Amino acid sequence: MTRTLWDSTVGKKVIMAVSGLVMLLYLVVHMIGNLKIFFGAGEFNHYAHWLRTMGEPFLHHEWALWLVRIGLVAAVVLHGVSAYHLSRRDIRARPSGYVHRKPRAAYATRTMRWGGIILALFIVWHILDLTTGTVHPGGFQSGRPYQNVIDTFSTWYGNTVYIVAVLALGLHVQHGFWSAAQTLGVGNATRDRILKTTANALALVLTAGFVAVPVAVMTGVVS
Amino acid sequence: MKLTLRVWRQPHAEAPGAMATYEVDGISPNMSFLEMLDTLNEELVLDGDEPVAFDHDCREGICGACSLVINGDAHGPEPTTTCQLHMRSFQDGQTIDVEPWRAAAFPVVKDLVVDRSAFDRIIQSGGYISAPTGTAPDAHATPVPKPDADFAFEHAECIGCGACVAACPNGSAMLFTSAKVNHLNVLPQGAPERETRVLDMVAAMDEEGFGGCTLAGECATACPKGIPLPSIAAMNKEWLRATRKVRR
Ligand code: HEM
Ligand code: FES
Repeated sequence: MTRTLWDSTVGKKVIMAVSGLVMLLYLVVHMIGNLKIFFGAGEFNHYAHWLRTMGEPFLHHEWALWLVRIGLVAAVVLHGVSAYHLSRRDIRARPSGYVHRKPRAAYATRTMRWGGIILALFIVWHILDLTTGTVHPGGFQSGRPYQNVIDTFSTWYGNTVYIVAVLALGLHVQHGFWSAAQTLGVGNATRDRILKTTANALALVLTAGFVAVPVAVMTGVVS
Repeated sequence: MKLTLRVWRQPHAEAPGAMATYEVDGISPNMSFLEMLDTLNEELVLDGDEPVAFDHDCREGICGACSLVINGDAHGPEPTTTCQLHMRSFQDGQTIDVEPWRAAAFPVVKDLVVDRSAFDRIIQSGGYISAPTGTAPDAHATPVPKPDADFAFEHAECIGCGACVAACPNGSAMLFTSAKVNHLNVLPQGAPERETRVLDMVAAMDEEGFGGCTLAGECATACPKGIPLPSIAAMNKEWLRATRKVRR
């Protein structure tokens, strides 16, 4: 069955849909967590600390966090590799275009590939910035995420990179959520409206929720 | 009507092709697009030139032989086949671009004619039912619920013209294949091959080098028979069901 999935265009799309939905679920949780920044350094840092202790004493320190990380890496890799395979195949299937060009498909649909590349690059930068601190502006302080977030969003490029990525995410989710429903065979004519509305709502809430943090730092609401 | 046509000319599969410009005059708005091309060809033949090759057969919108991407739209600006498209859909003096279906799996044979036998091979892989031969069975011997009959009929309307592939930015045959799978899979007559049909037809589709689906929706917009986009989701559902049931 694994082979059937991997070797078929329909199956590989199923892998993309499932891994996409896993990432989407994570992002909703992540966004809610981020909003704790509005309740001050104490609550935000405490939440970040809890992420390391969750699951204790059943699980060892940080085990739960590492399980989530492993799951996410698997999702990102499966999603990215499938996207690459399918895109390469799609481009080969249409070797010559039409002389008479027409604007095609919705913006969100057309930008899935470039949006995905932006997201992949962002994920790398984001981890190096706020998880490992490798490219963090101003001394990275492990265990003081509140201050680290303020540092990042006090630079023009930190804000730019982040906001561009979040806008790309909104577009990706707008087409992606509805698309995943079709791929998984849940979509049909009667459900189309509710699926599209849910996709739009998810995209909007995620974009607004993530963008709120840099905007708050820029405007001094959070400092 | 007087028109300027820019038509894809390609002597044979291996030769390079290019758009060629022609002027046609005296076109009636009541002519079909194919009759307009017939008029052009008559003039070309009289001038000792090679006529433009294009596919056609029934000319009544039921066989699926006609094709053509007209001003960037598969089967032109109306939701119908090229043979049923009338010149009244264009303006006097307009320039019209006429190109063949474009997809790796539909190589150009000559001018506007492409090889669509990839569709035949998809059908051969599972687009049939195994029925005992003999006298026709009683009409009501196998009851089919009305919603299922409607669903099957909606998909049976597919004439296999390939407009979906031509319109798809990925040259994907998902709408065609889903129409064929859904048509038979919902009916009791199609039940014995329900799982193998969808697995084999999707595999055949991939084998032919068609692209995958990105839900751009161009196929359903281009379809002259109105096969809806959710057909693809319905086939995906059948495919997932079959993968769970069949071990191979
Ligand atoms: C690692 C970076 C990423 C890349 C390279 C990428 C690329 C892609 C591509 C090329 C598609 C297919 C688009 C299409 O069919 O038109 C897609 C679909 C999708 N993506 Fe991503 N993406 C990435 C990250 C994400 C993230 C972070 C999420 C989480 C919200 C996500 C969720 C989805 C969903 C739900 C789909 C729809 C799957 C389907 O159509 O069945 N992607 N992605
Ligand atoms: S010629 Fe038969 S459908 Fe157009």
